[in-house]
Amino acid sequence: MAYGKKVLDHYENPRNVGTLDKDDKSVGTGMVGAPACGDVMKLQIKVNEDGIIEDAKFKTYGCGSAIASSSLLTEWVRGKSVAQAQEIKNSEIAEELALPPVKIHCSVLAEDAIKAAVSDYYEKNDKKEETA
Amino acid sequence: MKDIKTPIYLDYASTTPIDKRVADKMFEYMTTDGMYGNPASRSHSFGWDADDAVSKSRKHIADLINADPREIVWTSGATESDNLAIKGAAHFYKKKGKHIITLKTEHKAVLDACRQLEREGFEVTYMEPMSSGLLDLDKLESEIREDTVLISIMHVNNEIGVIQDIEKIGELCRSKNIIFHVDAAQSAGKIEIDLQKTKVDLMSFSAHKIYGPKGIGALYVRRKPRVRLEAQIHGGGHERGLRSGTLPTHQIVGMGEAFRIAKEEMNQDFENISKLRNRLWNGVKDMEEVYLNGDFENRYPGIMNISFNYVEGESLIMATKDIAVSSGSACTSASLEPSFVLRAIGRSDELAHSSLRMSIGRFTTEEEIDATINTVKIAVEKLRALSPLWEMYKDGIDISKIEWAAH
Repeated sequence: MAYGKKVLDHYENPRNVGTLDKDDKSVGTGMVGAPACGDVMKLQIKVNEDGIIEDAKFKTYGCGSAIASSSLLTEWVRGKSVAQAQEIKNSEIAEELALPPVKIHCSVLAEDAIKAAVSDYYEKNDKKEETA
Repeated sequence: MKDIKTPIYLDYASTTPIDKRVADKMFEYMTTDGMYGNPASRSHSFGWDADDAVSKSRKHIADLINADPREIVWTSGATESDNLAIKGAAHFYKKKGKHIITLKTEHKAVLDACRQLEREGFEVTYMEPMSSGLLDLDKLESEIREDTVLISIMHVNNEIGVIQDIEKIGELCRSKNIIFHVDAAQSAGKIEIDLQKTKVDLMSFSAHKIYGPKGIGALYVRRKPRVRLEAQIHGGGHERGLRSGTLPTHQIVGMGEAFRIAKEEMNQDFENISKLRNRLWNGVKDMEEVYLNGDFENRYPGIMNISFNYVEGESLIMATKDIAVSSGSACTSASLEPSFVLRAIGRSDELAHSSLRMSIGRFTTEEEIDATINTVKIAVEKLRALSPLWEMYKDGIDISKIEWAAH
């Protein structure tokens, strides 16, 4: 697969690789994809009291564009509000990375990952409020 | 480490470079300085010289497999040979029966030719190999029916390198009076083939897998007992009417020379490649979660197929860009399906996605193998650090127990 410069850059130097404490209530975790399909993305966001994403980490099993899509996503969501992060569209990711058509599903997966992370964060904090 | 040229070529099962001795020989049959005539021209020395070269090459092919030169038909490559053999035999013998047996791990040229025959009203049984990749002979026997006319089983598998027992399959086919076709694109010139001993009726060959040029191949068609085919390409009646089209003298000379050299150097090549294979396997086998795909014993050593669990194949290829290899991963193909060969031998999708095929050849060196081991180790380590599956494995989580949302 011949990739563009941006994919290669993210692939060679992935940003924000790592793991946040998934039991921390300020952390939302999204894990999407399936090993059988050849890609699994784990995206985590850490949200401060003002509702701003102050940290984001990822780990991805998948092809170069899946790794690049999730790496780019962690850069984009940092500093955004949770609501803004949810607005990120797969087409924006695909466009930024100039993904070939056969790799568009990687950007879809990235969009799913941020949505899953946000909903995990909401779920945790709603529950917390209920019990408090 | 000595300075070596990168990328390192470890994709000999895909194609090989032309041996310089072969290229030199081919060049004698192209320009005004050489013998460029049409071998079918009977009226002048240009034609006679070319015809003479074609005859000599035909003999080189026959000699390598212990056959008669009159049993060799030139084609454009193994794909055409497979098509001619399978469709040609099926069409010719269709009154006798319309059932064909083959293996799920055959090359696409065989599988797709069979699919075409199904559309024409033939019935095809696609057998599952055992998890070793080998064919279960008892199961094969039980699949044979009254109307079975053709069995097509490859010699060396192109993805995993396992060697099928074509001698025993040949005995079985002969005893039941069934035509036996073997795709030998990956085995000819690499392991011994003796068609006086082995009861194969049709055998496909390619030049470019054995240091000859691309675009030329051959089909062996047995004379005793005689096997008949219906031609698939019609025209000037070349090759006894079995395959029309002007013979490409320089290509044929290249294939002949490649096969001649292969016969002479087969033992030496085999020994060399075996040593390098062992070096490669010993270099990676002690890493965690590394799996060899296919039987270790019944295997041509030049083809190694290894799965590095929890690492996806395409990203592994990107991380090892100094070595030229291929992957069973979906992402390296247009179809987004993982290797059908690895799936057929019972490997999970994950392991199929995580596989690399590394194939070694005549020009591979020890230094290249050492550099490869090093590169692969670093790449796998890097990608596992990125892999959520590796993290889960390390945390003792069984990923097969998780309900993944398929997408």
